[in-house]
Amino acid sequence: MIEAPDLSFAALAPLLLVLGAACAGVLVEAFVPRHVRHPVQVALALVGTVGALVATLLLAGEEDQVTAGGALAVDGAALFLQATIAGLGALSILLFAERGLDPARSAFVTSAAVPAGSPRDRELMVDTRVQTEVYPLAGFAIGGMMLFVAANDLLVMFVALEVLSLPLYLISGMARRRRLLSQEAAFKYFLLGAFASAFFLYGLALVYGATGSVRLSDIREAGVDGGGGVLLVLGLGLLIVGLLFKASVAPFHTWTPDVYQGAPTPVTAFMAACTKVAAFGAILRLLYVAFGTAEWTWRPLVYAVAIVSMVVGAVLGLTQTDLKRMLAYSSVAHAGFLLTGVLGLGAGGEGSGLAATMIYLLVYGLTTVGVFAVLTLVRDGDGEASHLSQWAGLAARSPLTAAVMALFLLALAGIPLTAGFTGKFAVFRAAIEQGAWPLVVVALLASAVAAFFYLRVIVLMYFSEPVADGPTVGVPGVPTTVVLAITATATVALGVLPGAVLDLAGQAARFVG
Amino acid sequence: MTPAYYLVLAAILFTIGAVGVLVRRNAIVVFMCVELMLNAVNLTLITFARTTGTVDGQIMALFVMVVAAAEVVVGLAIIMSIYRTRRSASVDDANLLKY
Repeated sequence: MIEAPDLSFAALAPLLLVLGAACAGVLVEAFVPRHVRHPVQVALALVGTVGALVATLLLAGEEDQVTAGGALAVDGAALFLQATIAGLGALSILLFAERGLDPARSAFVTSAAVPAGSPRDRELMVDTRVQTEVYPLAGFAIGGMMLFVAANDLLVMFVALEVLSLPLYLISGMARRRRLLSQEAAFKYFLLGAFASAFFLYGLALVYGATGSVRLSDIREAGVDGGGGVLLVLGLGLLIVGLLFKASVAPFHTWTPDVYQGAPTPVTAFMAACTKVAAFGAILRLLYVAFGTAEWTWRPLVYAVAIVSMVVGAVLGLTQTDLKRMLAYSSVAHAGFLLTGVLGLGAGGEGSGLAATMIYLLVYGLTTVGVFAVLTLVRDGDGEASHLSQWAGLAARSPLTAAVMALFLLALAGIPLTAGFTGKFAVFRAAIEQGAWPLVVVALLASAVAAFFYLRVIVLMYFSEPVADGPTVGVPGVPTTVVLAITATATVALGVLPGAVLDLAGQAARFVG
Repeated sequence: MTPAYYLVLAAILFTIGAVGVLVRRNAIVVFMCVELMLNAVNLTLITFARTTGTVDGQIMALFVMVVAAAEVVVGLAIIMSIYRTRRSASVDDANLLKY
């Protein structure tokens, strides 16, 4: 007789809302007439994500619990990260829904199956018919991410990893313009992503062999007295490789610049922000819940990878001439800073590392969505003008766009009075408390190098002569305006008055199990 | 019937798959190598289900198969779309994005 697992529907509400909305979105594709499909899909996706955000906030006061037969841990950290993902997901959906910027009214290709450059493709290029499958796909990806940070079981973590990855592979190949680049990005992302998940899976199998279970709490107990031995350590190594890939940490970052550059910019914003949050949520949970008692096995490895990531991101970022590629290397450097925060948590869960990392994820996510939203505004005849030289003298042409861009870049560089400083200060303090000061020294040096390439863009915008046939700055529609307003306000507010959010993250910083 | 043989076989298959991903040039073959890696994992899971005396491993192998099938759908769609444009599925030809 098999017993039905206990299910707490209240605790699962955020997940059910997002995934339910995505499933409904598939039905909308099938049954709703084409001309009303776009508003319906956008509304549905927003109801799902914003509903999930509200549901996580309502759950925040509840007891931590393990539900769904032990497969899901709904604790403070899971809820904080789910709220972050749902919020950033809603902002990204708004960017997807922008119809005022592209002359053809959408950033997404009308029919992804038509070969790029064919006569039919050129016909569809000017067609204002809009493709709406991206909304359910993004919904499934958001659902997978929210499941990923709450997974209390390696198998659930693997399934969530795939649920979040597969839609992302598809939507990164759906750009309306420069379709070859976009398809190539999807192609590379898919092959490398599948390769990395095979490593994750082999790690899962070895851990299962070593401990007889894939439940995180069982793995923890097996590791207490050095049990499991070499299989467990090997398994952990492979699991970490799979997760570091998703988090685009160097040396597993090779896909990042290509995919960030090739994917449609709203999709880049979405995956830069949300995937990072999800991947680091899973890394934190794996390392501290399952392997918290076997710290010596992974601490040196994470330490080394953090240094490599910060150095690679900062140095290669200097050499880039494309803004989207530069921001991709910046995301690699930020992944290193985030690992500094991961190391700022003690074995028993003491120290402020978890709260600091969560804060960093929130501020990094908001700034990243904001900066890519600005990128969608500056355009030339062939889509977004992302080459650095095209941004010369932008401040003369559009002072407001340049000012907002400068704000986000300063926040990414971690200048005081912006949100970026709050995040960086929190993770560095947490790392120093745990005695990782050499790492913080490297991080400060990397920040200084990275600040150079952010400031270079600002100098270029303000102190260069505008180029003759430069790009035009589009007038954003309501969705992009809302996104820019929210992210810019949050970037300033979290820099000037971070107290409330710091307290919230501090209270939420706990794992169950 | 020593389980260790199966584990070694699985490890060898996994390695062949991983090396294949790195050295082969055709996207379909690369993808088949990834599938080989996943099936090596399945063999490992089934063997460990026997050594640990639990059924979890067998159930996980079923999950892996389902996920692998979903991955094939998405992967072939992406490879097809790029093949129809370029008339080539070589991973070396996809070289517009670099540095």
